[in-house]
Amino acid sequence: MSATAAGILFTGSLVLALALAYRPLGDYMYRVFTGTKHSRVERGIYRLIGARPDTEQTWAVYARSVLAFSMVSVLFLYGFQRLQNHLMLSLGFKPVVTHQAWNTAISFVTNTNWQSYSGESTMGHLVQMAGLAVQNFVSAAVGIAVAIVLVRGFARKTTELLGNFWVDLVRCVLRILLPFAFVAAIVLVIGGAVQNFHDPHTIQTLAGAKQAITGGPVASQEAIKELGTNGGGFYNANSAHPFENPTVWTNWLEIFLLLVISFSLPRTFGRMVGNNKQGYAIVAVMATLAVVSVTLISFFQLAHHGTVPTAIGSAMEGVETRFGVPNSATFADATTLTSTGAVNSFHDSYTSLGGMMTMFNMMLGEVAPGGTGSGLYGMLILAVITVFVAGLMVGRTPEYLGKKISSREIKFASMYFLITPICVLVGTAFAMALPGERAAMLNRGPHGLSEVLYAFTSASNNNGSAFAGITVNTAWYDTALGLAMATGRFLPMIFVLGLAGSLARQGQTPASEGTLPTHRPQFIGMVAGVTVILVALTFLPALALGPLAEGIH
Amino acid sequence: MRLPTWIRQHLAAVRALLVLTVITGVAYPLAVWAVTFVPGLHSQAEGSMVTSGGRTVGSRIIGQAFTDKNGNPLKQYFQSRPSNAGTGYDPTATGASNLGPEDIVDTLPKNPANKAAEITAKTARDSLLTQVCSRSRAVGELEGVSGARPFCTPGGVGTVLSVIGPRDRAGHVARPTRVVSLNEQCGVVAKPFIATYGGVTVECAKYGEDYSKGAIVPIRGNAPARPKVPADAVTASGSGLDPHISPEYARLQAPRIAKTRGVPEEQVLQAIKDNEDGRVLGFLGAPRVNVLQLNIELDRKFPFHA
Repeated sequence: MSATAAGILFTGSLVLALALAYRPLGDYMYRVFTGTKHSRVERGIYRLIGARPDTEQTWAVYARSVLAFSMVSVLFLYGFQRLQNHLMLSLGFKPVVTHQAWNTAISFVTNTNWQSYSGESTMGHLVQMAGLAVQNFVSAAVGIAVAIVLVRGFARKTTELLGNFWVDLVRCVLRILLPFAFVAAIVLVIGGAVQNFHDPHTIQTLAGAKQAITGGPVASQEAIKELGTNGGGFYNANSAHPFENPTVWTNWLEIFLLLVISFSLPRTFGRMVGNNKQGYAIVAVMATLAVVSVTLISFFQLAHHGTVPTAIGSAMEGVETRFGVPNSATFADATTLTSTGAVNSFHDSYTSLGGMMTMFNMMLGEVAPGGTGSGLYGMLILAVITVFVAGLMVGRTPEYLGKKISSREIKFASMYFLITPICVLVGTAFAMALPGERAAMLNRGPHGLSEVLYAFTSASNNNGSAFAGITVNTAWYDTALGLAMATGRFLPMIFVLGLAGSLARQGQTPASEGTLPTHRPQFIGMVAGVTVILVALTFLPALALGPLAEGIH
Repeated sequence: MRLPTWIRQHLAAVRALLVLTVITGVAYPLAVWAVTFVPGLHSQAEGSMVTSGGRTVGSRIIGQAFTDKNGNPLKQYFQSRPSNAGTGYDPTATGASNLGPEDIVDTLPKNPANKAAEITAKTARDSLLTQVCSRSRAVGELEGVSGARPFCTPGGVGTVLSVIGPRDRAGHVARPTRVVSLNEQCGVVAKPFIATYGGVTVECAKYGEDYSKGAIVPIRGNAPARPKVPADAVTASGSGLDPHISPEYARLQAPRIAKTRGVPEEQVLQAIKDNEDGRVLGFLGAPRVNVLQLNIELDRKFPFHA
């Protein structure tokens, strides 16, 4: 079989597996978030937290709970890294320096998992498993919780109450993330991922040289890193490292894990608003964009256009032999379409246009299918913008799922939409204007700009992957990218929760003849169009100076 | 006493984080660890270590270098891919080159004799193109085949010119006044890879001179699009710990191994075949050969006596 045909089957089998998971997983998550019973363990946890699980919150209280939890998480993780030398399993590492500890704390709490550090030479085992990996669980759960609140906003009428954050958080961790991650971790160990608590131990290689074999609780962290669309590698080489991603089939599994929750949440949405067709429409938009994207990136990588790829005869630089070019391109595409940012090959060495696709995927706002939860609420915001645009064109009051999209709603939606472009473009402009920050680029010319643009795109969209040649462990980059991550995560969340509050307050407007049907191909095409056009208009000039300038001669 | 709401919220947050840390940060990894003591999982969880001649020689899934102290290939062993993990295959410093597809101009050393030290000090750097070209040349020489590649000089650097002169509206230089071969340093090469370009004699490049005002033009040359030396032999992997090479690269090395170890080439080719993995289920991943396993088998079947 040719490499191309095998690559198509690889991607096709993923599509099939995700389609099979859509209903059962989506229905299961629906039951998790709408069930009224608390398990005994959960009741115990609520008692420990001091939460009253049957008391629902308004959007403002919910938002304050999200922010309080996240702020406490940042402080805790910061302290953990600063004090790691006093803790067990530190491997003798020093405390993480201040600006890097701040950056890393923000990074993991915001589900970005941008890494300005190198795992194997910075973080002890305890910080990894009880600090960083905990945020892999809870930051994913926070994203899902916020998405569920937005869906409740559509589903409920004339109420201020939108659920209880502590219940949503605990249920999501205990009933969804933990069991699936546990099974996936065991499967990864079968493939060869390590799970131990060893210090690096030195062996003598066959040729007689010394080699330090590293250890760590890697499999448990790897499973939730993909499932929760986090992406922070235990090791610097991330999912290219054989201890994180040992074989060709663990590679398939990791891609599946990082897509499966985000692709199934539209089902949960459809169930909750009482119309499965609405869920199919949303997932159809996501899938359409994803399939076009994976086709393009695979084409660019296999065509290996450009001077060095032509000299090599293939886009193999930064790619593992076992994965090969096509499977690496699929991973790169999935990781940037979601907010994962794990990498099994190094995007900086991709062809110009292949590398541009990874950036373009993030610039879409990570909605196809996006991060756990954040992908769904991002896509629903775009659906709201689409009905508004369509309403303007035909001169009718826009409605979505029986809710009027009035000026208050559209203000929330457009503020949501404007945050990330502002962070990306302003951040990049500042970095390029400062000589010291320009010097951080590894590559010259347009590719150097791409490195900076990628960094701010990745941080602001909470992705976490990088054109990793850039040196970002400096006080300036750690601080600036930390700010971009925090702004790109929490401001949009507040707007989403605000939107949910104002939707829930409304009654239900019955559909009339003038209502735009939001489950037909026409609407699916319009949402996809709005997504691409808004992105293209915002970022095309920046892309033209970076990857397009490099790739088109 | 009743605390203000905002304090109660933060107290709840602290308690929630602590409880969830115990569950997901301690109990969960320990539970996974406990399961790995089931027979059949333990060796993987410990790093898939392998032995040869009674001693542990590494991990089956972590690549290693088969070179001598000076970094020269040991002729009796199959060679792994180039690596950017530390000084090569160092698991405490994993990573990739991160150099882009148009990284084609070298930063020349002040003193070519001292180039390695200047590269370490980051005052000199080979472009990705030159790295590919020089690896291809070295592998070609070692295996006795042509190391020629597109955009590479026979000496193993990238064929890149700076064409200096007045630009036309599209930015091209139609009538150059001066042409420099950027990666061929004066004193290192006798003469540039082409004598003239656009009617101008091509110069070698001098340290410290700025040629960036010229149009940067890579020259394709006439090497075949599919060179004799395969792609994985001239590129570094993402992790720097790639345990595999392509079957093509393994077969390219077979004659040398057979000669060094004094066995018929067919037996070496058979050993490659025995250690070759195809695509799982016919479509997952890429065909590959585990280098460490193959070399262990060689040592067992055809011991090498220096």
